[in-house]
Amino acid sequence: MSDSIAIYVARYRPGQDEAPTEQRYDVPLSTDLSVLEALNYIKDELDPTLAYRWSCRMAICGSCGVMIDGEPRLGCKTFLREFADRGELHLRALDNFPVERDLIADVERFMDHLETVKPWTVHNSERPVSEGEYRQTPAELERYQQFSQCINCGLCYAACPQFGRDDSFLGPAALTLALRYNLDSRDDGSAGRMAALNADEGVWRCTFVGYCSEVCPKDVDPAQAVNRGKVASTINYGLNLLRLARGEHDT
Amino acid sequence: MRQERADIVIIGGGGAGLRAAIAAAEADPSLDIALVSKVYPMRSHTVAAEGGCAGVVQDHDSLAHHFDDTVSGGDWLCDQDVVDYFVRHATEENLRLEHWGCPWSRRPDGRVNVRAFGGMKIERTWFAADKTGFHILHTLFQTSLKFPSIRRYDELFCTDLLVADGQCGGVQGIHMATGETVALLAPAVIIATGGAARVYRYNTNGGIVTGDGMAMAYRQGVPLRDMEFVQYHPTGLPGSGILITEAARGEGGVLTNSEGYRYLQDYGLGPETPLGAPQNKTMELGPRDKVSQAFWHESQAGRTLSSPRGEAVNLDLRHLGEARINERLPFIRELARTYIDVDPVHEAIPVRPTAHYTMGGIQTDGRTATVMPGLFAVGECASVGLHGANRLGSNSLAELSVFGRVAGEEAAALARSGSTPPEAALLGEARDNAARWEALRGARGTERLADLRNAMAEAMEEGVGIQRMPGAMEKTAATLRELRERYGHLRLEDDSLAFNTEWLSAIELGFLLDVAQAMTAAALARRESRGSHQRPEDYPTRDDAGYLKHSLAHYRRADAPEVAWQDVNITRSRPGERLYGGAARAKADADAKEEAEP
Ligand SMILES: Cc1cc2nc3c(=O)[nH]c(=O)nc-3n(C[C@H](O)[C@H](O)[C@H](O)COP(=O)(O)OP(=O)(O)OC[C@H]3O[C@@H](n4cnc5c(N)ncnc54)[C@H](O)[C@@H]3O)c2cc1C
Ligand code: SF4
Ligand code: FES
Repeated sequence: MSDSIAIYVARYRPGQDEAPTEQRYDVPLSTDLSVLEALNYIKDELDPTLAYRWSCRMAICGSCGVMIDGEPRLGCKTFLREFADRGELHLRALDNFPVERDLIADVERFMDHLETVKPWTVHNSERPVSEGEYRQTPAELERYQQFSQCINCGLCYAACPQFGRDDSFLGPAALTLALRYNLDSRDDGSAGRMAALNADEGVWRCTFVGYCSEVCPKDVDPAQAVNRGKVASTINYGLNLLRLARGEHDT
Repeated sequence: MRQERADIVIIGGGGAGLRAAIAAAEADPSLDIALVSKVYPMRSHTVAAEGGCAGVVQDHDSLAHHFDDTVSGGDWLCDQDVVDYFVRHATEENLRLEHWGCPWSRRPDGRVNVRAFGGMKIERTWFAADKTGFHILHTLFQTSLKFPSIRRYDELFCTDLLVADGQCGGVQGIHMATGETVALLAPAVIIATGGAARVYRYNTNGGIVTGDGMAMAYRQGVPLRDMEFVQYHPTGLPGSGILITEAARGEGGVLTNSEGYRYLQDYGLGPETPLGAPQNKTMELGPRDKVSQAFWHESQAGRTLSSPRGEAVNLDLRHLGEARINERLPFIRELARTYIDVDPVHEAIPVRPTAHYTMGGIQTDGRTATVMPGLFAVGECASVGLHGANRLGSNSLAELSVFGRVAGEEAAALARSGSTPPEAALLGEARDNAARWEALRGARGTERLADLRNAMAEAMEEGVGIQRMPGAMEKTAATLRELRERYGHLRLEDDSLAFNTEWLSAIELGFLLDVAQAMTAAALARRESRGSHQRPEDYPTRDDAGYLKHSLAHYRRADAPEVAWQDVNITRSRPGERLYGGAARAKADADAKEEAEP
């Protein structure tokens, strides 16, 4: 193993650069150094003008997603040792989002989509806290637990060809979040979320590429969630037909 | 400069800020609430909290027990009226989170489960596996989205409070994407900016935890209280400082030294408990100050292990077995595997104490009001009087909800009746501040930012760490003075406006230095040992006659901070001896006997 590694970073300064261009930095190689730590090294020792996001450095805040050799990954959960043999790696801002500067992507669209699916519990009758908790067995918790592990890192959006084609698609994490609440035994709000799931921008836009689940650093499996959303959407459609047939109103 | 108005401005989108925003929105939907954060709210460091959130639920537990554990855990420096309010409202707030969808771990019958935690006599720590803070934060963030009156200002970096005639009338900040200055005026401002453990070299905190709000208030004359009390968490990963939650010990993990010996029994926490049968307030479930101090003694005695990233002891979970580790501590397993290539199912995890939590902060009363009209503070940035000289794990997440709600409601009440100070004066201030920050951007001095930051962090470890020696403390104070001076001669390479993170880091370093100075001055002034503040060489014992008092650090610009004192509110628990392990049980038995024979 050589004692340093070449990190090529796509630099882009708005108003200054026409398009991103790669800049090379040589970073001393140590096996337990993460890509994020390498960026911190570059910033402290080589080039303080480099811009990127980070905070927790323990794979839970979701800040540090970047394209690493073309694949969306968390900088703090990817280690230089993986690239030691090749002696180089390439970084750029997350695909499918506009670049704000250097490795910083503009994720506003993603934030809007999260909000669209109404990710909060709805109770048909509000129970006062003095009456205690809603019972939920471990099995009921298990039904949505995996889908509640999303750290909103946006890697799945960078992986999603549909979102890349048209960013009005709600995308893997937002659709997963909708399912997370729909599956929660305490929630009565699924009808209200159905409109978003069924809409043009909803589950049907997904062509089941499945790359989102591959890149997810938290094993959320958004592709599975989206597909279960399709099933729910179909059932919802069927139920609505039934209700209409019985003379009830569409919900 | 962009000017905007709101009824309430909240700086901080962590647990405390979000809870305050929701409380204000519920109190009065007509109020316009600005929620400002330098990161998207769900990136706030509350996200990293692992272990759990306190609240009495079991029949054999009581509010009095939670009160006693908190007050004795805090070495009697807690304001007891505040602790009283806290323990009475913690459970209710945990339940509210439950109603909002927080995925608390459950018992087979569907009720909320609780686990053991350090310094707690009875299990009362609610948990969501070992990602409690993550789930609380996402629940609060997602719930906040349903209130149209909460307007978010994401990635707006606050630099100053706007104050005129001694009254707070807003905040100003830098819009990170464009570098534009924003002045946000409001009759009520809540600071909820979190802790400051990034003043230390080895810490469990995220890069954003830089004491900004503390420094902003401090610079405006609001005192920082009890800043000498910094908690070292006993179990961080060596090198990175990444936290291995206390829940690992709550579930039965044990600490051993280089001889494989469970050394905590030598430090007043024994007798040794059998493997797999942890006992509350005993051995590994002692309070954090004592457990961290024991590490220091072991290190002095040469009984620590050397790991590739520094000295450590072993945290052994192997006897818990894979199933329990996966159920209760999945994130710990992921962290240990990812960051040090250790699978706790098969190997012990090397750990060491790392700076973790600031017990002190912006002085507030029990209703989160600071001494400055119009200004509130809540969460880790504040000192509401709850934690005293040592915080008990799982009390701080509960603090976010209990007092976040209070702050939101108080601010809402003020916003309805209050008025902002004269606008012209506030905007004049804002322009002066902006000119100062402008001068810092691309500053043409000689000093490197990273050098100053590293020097500060090393100095804090040296002088104001687990054990504080008089010479080392003085030296740290001198180093910080020198760094202050050098900070005036920074050289910044980046003079651009869009996402100039070098510029923002330089502003953060200024905040950190102020906070570090306040910590050091208060540590020097407190001539006793209490809780997390230990002076084994010159003042090895607690001195209630002299120091049963809160310290108040006042900002004095270039001069060293001035330290004043404030009485502690004591209602029903007189200072006593802090007993853990067998000693505590013996005392309890003796007390029970005394009560039985009047
Ligand atoms: C690793 C770890 C584990 C922990 N585990 C537990 C536990 O199990 N149980 C427990 O009770 N406690 C735990 N704690 C402590 C607890 O998590 C924290 O005290 C608490 O989450 C702090 O919340 P907060 O809302 O005050 O601040 P934070 O969550 O840190 O939020 C601060 C907010 O302020 C914003 N902000 C800061 N500066 C600025 C600025 N200049 N301009 C604009 N916005 C700004 C940030 O963007 C952020 O939104 C843990 C702490 C750590 C570090
Ligand atoms: S689903 Fe996975 S990849 Fe997508 S945002 Fe959530 S954690 Fe990231
Ligand atoms: S820095 Fe938080 S996820 Fe990487």
